[in-house]
Amino acid sequence: MNLSHFSAVLLFSLFTSIVFGITQRTEPKKMVRFAAFCFVLFVAGTVAASWAMWLIKP
Amino acid sequence: MTTKVQAAAAAGGKMGNGDAASTSVSPALVLLAGWLVPGTGHLLLGKWVRALLLMVSIMGMFAIGIALAGKVYTPNTGEPLDMLGFAGDLGSGVLYLLARLLGWGQAPVLVAVADYGTKFIVVAGLLNIVAAVDAHSLASGRKQS
Repeated sequence: MNLSHFSAVLLFSLFTSIVFGITQRTEPKKMVRFAAFCFVLFVAGTVAASWAMWLIKP
Repeated sequence: MTTKVQAAAAAGGKMGNGDAASTSVSPALVLLAGWLVPGTGHLLLGKWVRALLLMVSIMGMFAIGIALAGKVYTPNTGEPLDMLGFAGDLGSGVLYLLARLLGWGQAPVLVAVADYGTKFIVVAGLLNIVAAVDAHSLASGRKQS
């Protein structure tokens, strides 16, 4: 199996966010919202960190 | 002394809102089952949608990690980081035992995606521990629903 770095990020974020949503909230609607929030944070954080590394490269 | 969380859980149980209070499954059994097979703890409590989502997420993550040629850690290597990796991997329960029995994840990590695979496997184990503890909290009434 060969994944691009970005698709690996998407899969990691998706699965982790689902588990976080289910375990960290009590109501289904809040679970979905928290999972979506975590997913966006994971992906956006990774993209931001990637750009930061690109900017500080020698 | 009763904490706010315990009081709320007790009140939820009295009102019939606490699913855990209405089941007769032992919290320890739920914890053990949830650790051994991802999602089984929630399944025992009748929360099959959550169980299915947890099972697909954790098993999917573990399977992708194996497919990416990630490393499955073994005990007693003497390296502290390997021991932490082993503790994470062990969280996957029977998936870890299956991987060891079938010899998955034994090849050396040579490319970046294989290193991602190693992380996928470790995180799948850690997420399974979180899910099993969540099922235990539901069974004991500490978490309401």
